[in-house]
Amino acid sequence: MITVLAITFVAATVAPFIFSKLGRNAFYALAAVPASAFVWLLFQYSPVYSDGGIEEVIPWIPSLKLELAFRMDPLAWVMSLLILGVGSLVLVYCARYFKNKDAGLGGFGAQLLAFAGAMFGLVTSDDLLMLFIFWELTTILSYLLIGYARTRLAARRSALQALMVTTAGGLAMLVGLIIMGQAAGTYRISVILDQAGTLMTGPMQGAVTAAVVLILAGAVTKSALVPFHFWLPGAMAAPTPVSAYLHAAAMVKAGIYIVARLAPGFAESEFWLPVVLGLGLATMLVGGYRALRQTDIKLILAYGTVSQLGFLTMVVGLGTPEAALAGLGLLLAHGLFKAALFLVVGIIDHQSGTRDLRKLSGVFRSSRALGVVAAIAAASMAGIPPLAGYVAKESVFEAFVHYGIGDDAPAWGVWLLVGLLIGSILTFAYSARFMWGAFAIKPGVETTPFKPIKPAFLAAPAILSLLTVAYGVWPAPVDTWVQPYAALFAENPDAVDAGHLALWHGFTPALAMTAITFVAGALMFYGRNVVSRLQSLVPDWVDGDRAYQNTIGALDDIAVWVTGRTQRGSLYFYLAVILTVAFVVPMTALITANKPLPDGMYFIDPNSPLQIVAGLGIVVGALAAVRANKRFLAVLMVSVTGYGIALMFALQGAPDLALTQMLVETIVLVAFVLAMRSLPAELRDRTGGRLRVIRVIIGAAFGVTMIFVAIYAMGARVATPVSLEFPRLAYEGGGGLNVVNVTLVDIRAWDTFGEISVLAVAATGVASLIFVRSRGDRIKTSSAVPEGSVGRSTGVDRGSRDGATLAVARKFTDVTRDAWLVAGRTLAPERRSIIFEVVTRLIFHSMIIFSIYLLLAGHNLPGGGFAGGLTAGLALTIRYLAGGRFELSEAATISAGTLLGTGLATAAASGFVPLFLGGQVFQSAIIEFWLPVFGDVKFVTSTIFDIGVYIVVVGLALDVLRSLGAEIDEHFEGKGVPIAEEDAADAADSAASAASGRGTA
Amino acid sequence: MSINLTLLIVMGVLYACGIYLVLERSLTRVLLGLMLLANATNILILSTGGYAGVAPFFTKETSPEAYSDPLPQALILTSIVISFAVTAFMLGMIYRTWVLARQDEIQDDLEDRRVAETPSFDAEDDAIVPLETSEFAVTTTGPTDQERAEATETPGSLPKKEGGST
Repeated sequence: MITVLAITFVAATVAPFIFSKLGRNAFYALAAVPASAFVWLLFQYSPVYSDGGIEEVIPWIPSLKLELAFRMDPLAWVMSLLILGVGSLVLVYCARYFKNKDAGLGGFGAQLLAFAGAMFGLVTSDDLLMLFIFWELTTILSYLLIGYARTRLAARRSALQALMVTTAGGLAMLVGLIIMGQAAGTYRISVILDQAGTLMTGPMQGAVTAAVVLILAGAVTKSALVPFHFWLPGAMAAPTPVSAYLHAAAMVKAGIYIVARLAPGFAESEFWLPVVLGLGLATMLVGGYRALRQTDIKLILAYGTVSQLGFLTMVVGLGTPEAALAGLGLLLAHGLFKAALFLVVGIIDHQSGTRDLRKLSGVFRSSRALGVVAAIAAASMAGIPPLAGYVAKESVFEAFVHYGIGDDAPAWGVWLLVGLLIGSILTFAYSARFMWGAFAIKPGVETTPFKPIKPAFLAAPAILSLLTVAYGVWPAPVDTWVQPYAALFAENPDAVDAGHLALWHGFTPALAMTAITFVAGALMFYGRNVVSRLQSLVPDWVDGDRAYQNTIGALDDIAVWVTGRTQRGSLYFYLAVILTVAFVVPMTALITANKPLPDGMYFIDPNSPLQIVAGLGIVVGALAAVRANKRFLAVLMVSVTGYGIALMFALQGAPDLALTQMLVETIVLVAFVLAMRSLPAELRDRTGGRLRVIRVIIGAAFGVTMIFVAIYAMGARVATPVSLEFPRLAYEGGGGLNVVNVTLVDIRAWDTFGEISVLAVAATGVASLIFVRSRGDRIKTSSAVPEGSVGRSTGVDRGSRDGATLAVARKFTDVTRDAWLVAGRTLAPERRSIIFEVVTRLIFHSMIIFSIYLLLAGHNLPGGGFAGGLTAGLALTIRYLAGGRFELSEAATISAGTLLGTGLATAAASGFVPLFLGGQVFQSAIIEFWLPVFGDVKFVTSTIFDIGVYIVVVGLALDVLRSLGAEIDEHFEGKGVPIAEEDAADAADSAASAASGRGTA
Repeated sequence: MSINLTLLIVMGVLYACGIYLVLERSLTRVLLGLMLLANATNILILSTGGYAGVAPFFTKETSPEAYSDPLPQALILTSIVISFAVTAFMLGMIYRTWVLARQDEIQDDLEDRRVAETPSFDAEDDAIVPLETSEFAVTTTGPTDQERAEATETPGSLPKKEGGST
């Protein structure tokens, strides 16, 4: 079985290639696949029927109890006959139905073949989850097949509707299947059915009942029972072969199959009969009633199918041996005649261009062969002897008569019979209407032009009709196939009395019912004008389709409403909501918990009383920052809190933090000034009034909440801090005295590695935001720039005081003396500060040396890669401020991107190299050696990691300076005001060439 | 347990000021608010270390409890440098917003407003399509477009003029 499945799916995959070679004849090649599978199936007859079925199991995901379990028993075998047989006939039919030039034919053929495979998998899988997978596979393929005509709105919409309805049911079914599997402790269907009796009376009784109802929900949607029947007529937007296969013979039978599969075990379940019989009967009547109203002959068949599906569900679900026998008999008969009828409709549509019975006239005369084929199938549908439909329906009546009128029959048994009878009468009537509508000569309608039919086109429906006759005349084989399944329902397996499928049962009540059906049905057909007038008098009842549209519409409305209320596009609104939740929830929790405040609270730390003073400074700075209405004042005030916190760190006994915080605050201050120089000085506050009050409330409440959360969180600590071990670990394992630094580069090296990655990303982000087109790693040397050209003031009036100052400053341009800074000369004279240049010249190298010292000493003394890198960054900052952007390029001849990459690579190497040396990731080693001048040196390999950190931080600082500093400078010079970066590169080039012309003048 | 209220109150004030600024429309103020929030969080982490202690440089004589707790310090060090990177990134954004739109303010997303005003009608889902009674009508002698438009009962669409039931 697994081989058959595999071959089918592989063939479906390569199908599009076959189509590109053979055109529509490729359908013949495709049809060979299910056809050969059908032959294979026939050879399985004896293993299935005499050896108790074939079983194939391959474990797949044992932890989910999911296995590729397949099992072929009589039920699966009968279903497969239908699926593979009709499948190959439909594919043969497709070869003449479609044209070579039809678009997407390859995909269509592949889907149709894959569908046959999925259906075969569905009926043979013996695992609940596998069953579900195939189930959903058929749903998706049906979506694609219905929507084959992608350009037609009706097709797309119907496809989506069918998908929504059947997946909704499918999801319910999945839940049911899982409940069932968990309750039974296994997902093997055969095992579950064996245990069904104990499951339904055991402790899991409730769960099993719920599971059965949920699984039935899946069957109800798939088989288009009331109230979900509306998708099936909608699905008639599919090409007719698809309708014939999916919506008559195969997919809609999946629901029937589930019912048939579960019935032997769970027909006794509490809600089984009400669901199966109630919905089945309602569907049968509704479908039949509506079929009489249709003017499209395909829709007559569609509603007829709905009706028959309801009928089938009733029979298959009843749970008596007789009904089981009749049910499978009817299922086969229905598959044969309904597929044939759909194919006939396809031919009529294909040859005449319409399916509207008001326009069709005289088709029988044009093609008698087609008429005969259709008549046989329609007669079978109406239940006329000696055809398959008659044989099956007779048995059904038999089963229901025995069920409904007997000693232990339920009170509503008679009504069930009456319902069945009405349903059959309607079936007879719409069968007659179909034949009349499709083939009759109608007075007043001109004869429909009808192209002659090629025999190959008619072959498939003709074969199906032949089989219908054969089945009716000689029902014994079918009877033999179905008997083992019926025996599952018998209380005593040795004495099964399920009756037999036969043409003649004698004078029975069932025969009387058939007679009534014929007479009443014929009367309804002859009085069709009266019937249709009566029908149009009946007001519109609840319309399933409309209910679906309304539900979807309501969902749309709700979605729009909710989106409109929540997604307002105001960041302020989002933040206010989030932050309000962030303080309301913890505060509520704290208040309701009603715990006393923990012990050990103090205001003044005996070890560090000065903290109060630092704290005061921070608070003042923060409040001033809030109130400041000048941009740089606000920035400065935030810096005050930052420096205050550095002091706080120092007072707490954290020199490393204090150092790093000081350096960062300084660089940030510079970055702020550089970035914001083009923005207006005023910082206007436009959110006033009520909103301001809300902000104050949210801010204050959040602050207070955080204080209390912190108090309780710290009060809740019971364990000894892990960090008590850190000093010893740092010394013995990490070989360093500075516990914080060793923590960063050794104990928590992974953490730090993640952090420097973030730094690299953020640095790249800054560069991209400013340079836009690239990372801007191109280095420009000062030698290419004329002297005194950078930042030249333009447009200053010569007569003014500024003009005079400028003139004085420019005199120094000609002074030929050694420059203090490499690129100092490139700056316009009015921008230079000799003192600054001198100081820079004096301290730059010292700072770089100091930064390296901080880096290397950091293992034992305050410092480390972060502090060192920031110091080097500050040194570069000074170079840039004193000498301009070309000075920066001269100072750092390596691009920032290279630095970031090198740093990350160095750090990563210190992580993985130990692996090659037999250690673990980021394991460090201590190497001691002697060096001249330095004496005994103790080198810890984690220092290499720290060097990586150092380089990354320098890269970050350089990126900030290059972007927020140098590049923005260039924007300024480009147009006097910042220009759009898209032009930056070009502008810079043209500015440089223009300047070179002017500089020498 | 040791809970330093001074640190916590400073933290609370920083949080309050930070949140107040973050709820502002001006991008610069939002950035300043974020920096205050970062500072507040650093203080929160610092306060978990308990009493101030000896700077954590290992000597054999010092008992582990005497050091100022090194773990929060390592976390804060990471946090400080990341805050720097984030601040720089935000500065880049502010500059860019200014260059592109001459705006230092957070604008409301007009697209979102438009979504709120959008009706739920969607032609793909809700438009009325005429019944098609043939797949071949276009190429063969089928009903004209007008005739097809007259046919009213359409599965899968609304409305139905004549007697659809259930």
